[in-house]
This record gives sequence, C-alpha cells and structure tokens, in this order.
Amino acid sequence: MTVTVLSNENPRPGAADLRVRVDASAQRPRAGQFAHIACGDALLLRRPISLCDCDEEAGVWRFVFEYKGPGTRYLAARKPGDTLDLLGPLGRGFTCEPEGPPTLLAGGGIGVPPLLLAARRLTGAAHAVLGFRAAPLAVLTDELASLCARTAFCSDDGSLGTREFTDAVVRRLLAETAYARVLACGPRPMLRAVAEAARAAGVPCEVSLEERMACGVGACLACACRVGREAGETFRRVCLDGPVFDAETVVW
Amino acid sequence: MDANRAVDMAVPFAGLTFQNPVAVASGTFGFGREYGQYFDLGRLGAVCVKGLTLRPRAGNPPPRVAETPMGMLNSVGLQNPGAEAFLRDELPFLRGFDTLVVANVSGDTVEEYAALAGLLSDGGVDMLEVNISCPNVKAGGLLFGTDPRSAAAVTEAVKRRARVPVMVKLTPNVTDIAEMARAVESAGADALSLINTLVGMRIDVHTRRPVLYRGTGGLSGPAIRPVAVRCVYQAARAVRLPIMGMGGIACAEDAVEFLLAGAHTVAVGTALFRDETAPLSILEGLTSYCQENGISDIRTLTGALLE
Repeated sequence: MTVTVLSNENPRPGAADLRVRVDASAQRPRAGQFAHIACGDALLLRRPISLCDCDEEAGVWRFVFEYKGPGTRYLAARKPGDTLDLLGPLGRGFTCEPEGPPTLLAGGGIGVPPLLLAARRLTGAAHAVLGFRAAPLAVLTDELASLCARTAFCSDDGSLGTREFTDAVVRRLLAETAYARVLACGPRPMLRAVAEAARAAGVPCEVSLEERMACGVGACLACACRVGREAGETFRRVCLDGPVFDAETVVW
Repeated sequence: MDANRAVDMAVPFAGLTFQNPVAVASGTFGFGREYGQYFDLGRLGAVCVKGLTLRPRAGNPPPRVAETPMGMLNSVGLQNPGAEAFLRDELPFLRGFDTLVVANVSGDTVEEYAALAGLLSDGGVDMLEVNISCPNVKAGGLLFGTDPRSAAAVTEAVKRRARVPVMVKLTPNVTDIAEMARAVESAGADALSLINTLVGMRIDVHTRRPVLYRGTGGLSGPAIRPVAVRCVYQAARAVRLPIMGMGGIACAEDAVEFLLAGAHTVAVGTALFRDETAPLSILEGLTSYCQENGISDIRTLTGALLE
C-alpha cells in the first residue's frame, strides 16, 4: 500500500522516528510484526522494519530504526508529505496477553522499538528491561517507562541505569516476580542470554530474530534461520514463520 | 486503431496452451501460497514452482541474500520439502487455479533427474523444467548445465521417463549458449527456459568476508536483463524449440524485449520482491502494448526483432 509520511524525526544521531498515515483498510499490526518498505527506485529490495507503535483510530504507524545502509538512509531522509510503498503488517508477532501475570519485555539497543507496541498491547501488564551500549544511544526510554508498570535500565558503560548486561537484570527480575513470559528483541548474543535466563527460571520466552530478507512473504526462502530443535534443525523463514520465535526452538 | 480491441494472449508452448505468456519463475514464488494472498494465481500463464529434489533439502546456512546494483545475489541452495511432499501437500492447492503447473527439478545424478521426471509426471504436473543451472549446490546443478554432453544426457534421461513436456533451463554461465541449446534440442527437449542466475559474489570490506555464507550466489534482477535478452536471442536463432525467457523482467516493455528476441513466453521472478503483483501489471502492460501497436495476437511478437 502507498502511505504518506506524517513526520520523520531524529530521536538521536543515527536513528529515525518515522510516522506514516496508512489506509483505513490496513490490518491492525501485532507487536513484533514488520512492514516491508520499498526504498526508492535505486534499490531493488524492500527493507523490513519492525512496527514500533500504531494508532488505529488515527491510522498512523510508527517506525523507530537505526540508519546505516542505503535503504534505511533513504527512509530516514523522507519528508512529511512524501509517499512510501510498503507491504504489511507481516510475520508472526509477540504473544501479548494483558490478563494474568505480567510479561517481561527485554530490549537491547535498536531492538527496543517493537517492545513499545508490545507494552501498549499489554496495557500496563508489562515490566521492561532496556539495555543500551551507552546513554546517548538510548531510544524510547520515557515512553516505555510510561507504559510499563516497572522499567529497569542498564548500559555497557553505566551511563544509563546500572552497568551490566540486559540478561543479568532479566535474571534478577525473574527471581523476584512470577512472569507469564519474556518477550525479547535485540542483538543475537543478548537474545541467547535472555533465553537462557528465562529457561533457567522456567518461564516461556519469545525472541525476535533478524536475517537478510528478499520477498518478505515467505516465498523466496532467503531469510533462513535455524529453528526447530525437535524437528531436526530445519531452516525456517524469519519473514513468515517469524520474526518472533519460541526461544526454545531456536538453534543458537 | 481500436485501443480496446481484444488481443489474443494465448500461446501454444511445447504442446500446451498458456492462457497468456506471463509465468512466474522458479525459486521466487515458492509453491504459490504466499503470493496467492495478493492476487489470483489463475491469472498467470504458468507457475514454475520452487526447485524440487528427490529427498528434502535443508538448503544453505544464512546469509543467503545480498543486494547488488539493481539486482540481488541468492544462495538458498535448493531448500525444498522433496518431490513427494510437494505432490502431497502443495500440488492440490495449485490445482485449484486455472494455470499450468511447471515442476522445476534438480538432481545430483542423471538417475535422480530421471526418477523425478517419472514421479512428477505421474503426480500430475503439466510440464517439467529441468534445472541444470543452479549455481548454489555442490553436486549436480550447474555442472550438468555447462557441458553439452552432460546436458544432453540429463535431457535424454528425463525425456525417457517424462509423460509431460520437458523444458530445460539453461545457465548463462557458459561460453556459447547456442551450443548448449542445440545439445538439449538434439537430446529431445520440448522447450527451453533461460536464463538462470549468473554466478556472482559480494565482499564485506569491513569484515573482509563474503557477504553470503557460501561465498558466491546467483545474480538476478534488472542487472542481468541485457545478458538474458542476448542469451534468448542467441538460443532462438540456434534451435526451433519454444523458449520461456526470464532475467530481470520488471515491466511490460522488458517482457516485450524478450518476445522480440525470440521468447514465446516470459517468467517474472525477482520483480515480485519489490512489487507483489508485478506479473499482473506486466500482463496488463503487454495487452496495452499490443493494443497501442495494432497487434491482435501476442504470438506475432515472438522473434519479430527487426535487424
């Protein structure tokens, strides 16, 4: 669908906060789903960007992402009024159940944005652990803090919250509170460590994986990840079978 | 000239009739289910399904894809559930649409190709596409497609077992594509499809490692289109077989280039990744092109290059 850029800001250097107006017919995105966005005529492939937030009544989708390569740089340079061609929402999202015990959100760096939509869907029944390399690289901290019943911050250098890795904080919170599940998004080593912490605590864990993608809809098999220990380590599609997977099935 | 005049889009091809010349290319369309959510598969001339092997294949580890200037490299490595699972789990779905089903097959040995031909013919596909041109597997694949005698041997073995038309998919990674075309024609092929991907490579200059896990991959997309048009042109002049042309087709004008070069039908592949309904816009664009140019039968474009 063709969407119109409403705003495009820089929450910090190297990151963009893009809001677009979508059709009234657009599906309601689940937390953890992504949109596959075309990045101008010069680039062949769309780029998968996680939904950070959405306002169904206003028909607004929001993406917060780091720009590094030519595709994300193109998206970061769009101005209000520009149009974009996107496909979505795509993929399997996070399980968000507001009833019952709280859910623990674990985000690392630029993996934090999809957790904002998770926190919104959990309507306050969420706690969050947000880790960044350093305070200047943090995004969405205030918004997540306002949507979550409890929020802990950590950083590699101690410039934000405690000086420790995300999984260490997750381990501590898991020991204190009975969580329904852990939802994690961030760099792979962090996901693995968080998954191990959840497993040790006997709490279900879902992780959002990333892989280079082409079609985005499950047809081309480019975005393979090793998932399915029981099934004998088969490759699954990040775009359609994921990006969110049960951490127990991921072959790290 | 009547811009709304009906254009006959049907194309006879290797004993079959394509309701229109626009197919989708193997490896870009899975078994149809995914893109079937976005458009009616019954509007396609044919669906060339994801490459099948006798046994299930897990494929290559990631990364399997890298973008290039107006193209992409892939190294999927023939991940597929195996021919029997395809017949059981996927073909009935495709049979629900008014389109031809072309089974793309790959083997490690000539015997495997022959066994696949028997199995899939009996299973009810409309045509076989013999993949002797996959650059992303260790055994078989490209090895058969770069030697005329091996290509002929595979073609003969498949023809002996096949009860449906046999289309052989050629690789551009050869010195003389006309020689390959003649070799498979002599061996009894009913049609040719070309081209498969070009072998390419990308290197990450920061890590000094190949971007793809397996190092090299197959280049597709608009970047390869001139090579593909040239290959179709040369093959069409070398043999009398009908040709399905493909390689970077993204709009109707691209498809017309292939027809003029000598293709009878075309396949759309990588363009889907950018526009999920690309085959339909190409089909509509082809019809408009014919109307605007006073062409009442799409077949008259094939080989109509003026030299």
